[in-house]
Amino acid sequence: MSLDSDAVRRIAHLARLAVDGQEAEGFASALSDIFEFVETLENADIAGVEPMAHPLDAEQRLRPDVVTETDQREHFQQFAPAVEGGLYLVPRVIE
Amino acid sequence: MALETLTGWRRRLQAREISSRELTELYLGRIDRLDAQLNSFITVTREHALAAADAADVRLGRGEEAPLLGLPVAQKDIFCTEGVRTSCGSRMLDPFVAPYDATVVARMNAAGAVMLGKTNMDEFAMGSSNETSFYGPVRNPWDLDRVPGGSSGGSAAAVAARLVPAATGTDTGGSIRQPAAFCGITGLKPTYGRVSRYGMIAFASSLDQGGPMAATAEDCALMLNAMAGFDPRDSTSVERPAEDFHSDLQRDLKGLRIGLPREFFGEGLDREMRAAIETALAVLKDRGAILVDISLPNSGLSVPAYYVVAPAECSSNLARYDGVRFGHRCADPVDLQDLYTRSRAEGFGAEVKRRIMIGTYVLSAGYYDAYYLKAQKVRRLIADDFRRAFTDVDVIAGPTTPELPFRLGEKSADPVKMYLSDIYTIAVNLAGLPGLSMPAGTIGNLPLGLQLIGNYFDEARLLNVAHQFQQDTDWHARMPAAFV
Repeated sequence: MSLDSDAVRRIAHLARLAVDGQEAEGFASALSDIFEFVETLENADIAGVEPMAHPLDAEQRLRPDVVTETDQREHFQQFAPAVEGGLYLVPRVIE
Repeated sequence: MALETLTGWRRRLQAREISSRELTELYLGRIDRLDAQLNSFITVTREHALAAADAADVRLGRGEEAPLLGLPVAQKDIFCTEGVRTSCGSRMLDPFVAPYDATVVARMNAAGAVMLGKTNMDEFAMGSSNETSFYGPVRNPWDLDRVPGGSSGGSAAAVAARLVPAATGTDTGGSIRQPAAFCGITGLKPTYGRVSRYGMIAFASSLDQGGPMAATAEDCALMLNAMAGFDPRDSTSVERPAEDFHSDLQRDLKGLRIGLPREFFGEGLDREMRAAIETALAVLKDRGAILVDISLPNSGLSVPAYYVVAPAECSSNLARYDGVRFGHRCADPVDLQDLYTRSRAEGFGAEVKRRIMIGTYVLSAGYYDAYYLKAQKVRRLIADDFRRAFTDVDVIAGPTTPELPFRLGEKSADPVKMYLSDIYTIAVNLAGLPGLSMPAGTIGNLPLGLQLIGNYFDEARLLNVAHQFQQDTDWHARMPAAFV
């Protein structure tokens, strides 16, 4: 499969990555190579094979429904780029 | 005083022939003197290390015997360390000081380890050469023009140059074993679920597994004893009784059935490498092991399947880096979209972006069945190949890598070529099995690794085979001349 730079821009938008024109072309070429390689999977005989999501086919473990975490808001927010009054700051969303 | 192994230093510390402070200063001195050539550390935690060493000396003075008491170690910079920058090799996390310890770090600290610092790595563990690090490439101590492998390249180079006796690594597609092979040390990727992933920055959660890197199998057993164990904070941690990974080291190899997958010895394997691996296998045969020809017919599909599964999981995991709660944030965002897209574009390097985009694409509407679901089915075929093989053999052996350490820049322009350097290691992660690489020879001046693959939870067996091999060989004891 071959991707052009428009396709790269669409994927980059879904992934929330800013990509400029020149970069998009570089990614288009590299991603096309990678997809061409990945498409060797076409040769696999997978009829009737169950997909494997997890190496040990483990099931989700349940734990007692009790509080185990304490409030550490200030501790965690000391590493945030911008906070005020315990809130994370972002550009205005609603005009 | 000669540079001992981790196990050797433990003996000397217990015998009070050296203090933890002296030992810590010895290695900090080596880092100061020698690491400028390698760039194997991102952060050196001198003050922290000396304080931990003094605390260990008090405990040693009281006759305590915690497994790593007073021993210097390094943590791959993917493990969160409270109060210390945890960058994951990325600009995105350059400003990030972890607010808590990873379980692995907490366990090793409780076992008395003295952390000297955080080692360099490929950005978010995505790479096979350590060239994608925001902090610059690491160099191979055996030849400074060559790569140390990746992603745990800093840990491998630091242990090989004896800047630290042991370090942690993580392995998603070969990131412990391939750099261990390239740097001439022993590295073990445990069974998925053995070592807690809590506080280990996520790349591909169904594949990621932490493990030890050290000079010898005996050292890896010592490290794994401290690292492994059930952790309720990791939902995929396996509940099993604690195990002493030293317990099988002395077992003899008589009658051990070692499977040699013909797919690992075919086209693509360097000719001299093949000869060296056969010489190494003869050592195991002399110890009474039986070499058996086996086949893993779907192993050729492991790299393409991995480059669907791993990027898919990576694109989900790395969605958390949004410039809002922690990590890099772009200057003067005009709106929320701009904040997200520019913070991520500035914070991530090219390889990480490629993988995020591959993952985003294969998970997007209309493509899921063609890529992701198909790759998951192939993953099952690969795991079934191993399941069948282990009905006939006890362990599987072969080369860790198809070739010797390559030169810096040699593969960085060609992602697919880079991906294929993990051709013998990736299937093990897809299946979730344990795998070990140990030094098994040299070609020219460059080390090469023999890989051992075990059945689920058979780490003690792998360490046993490696330890017996290391009784009859001295590859693990050799050091790069410039770092003696």
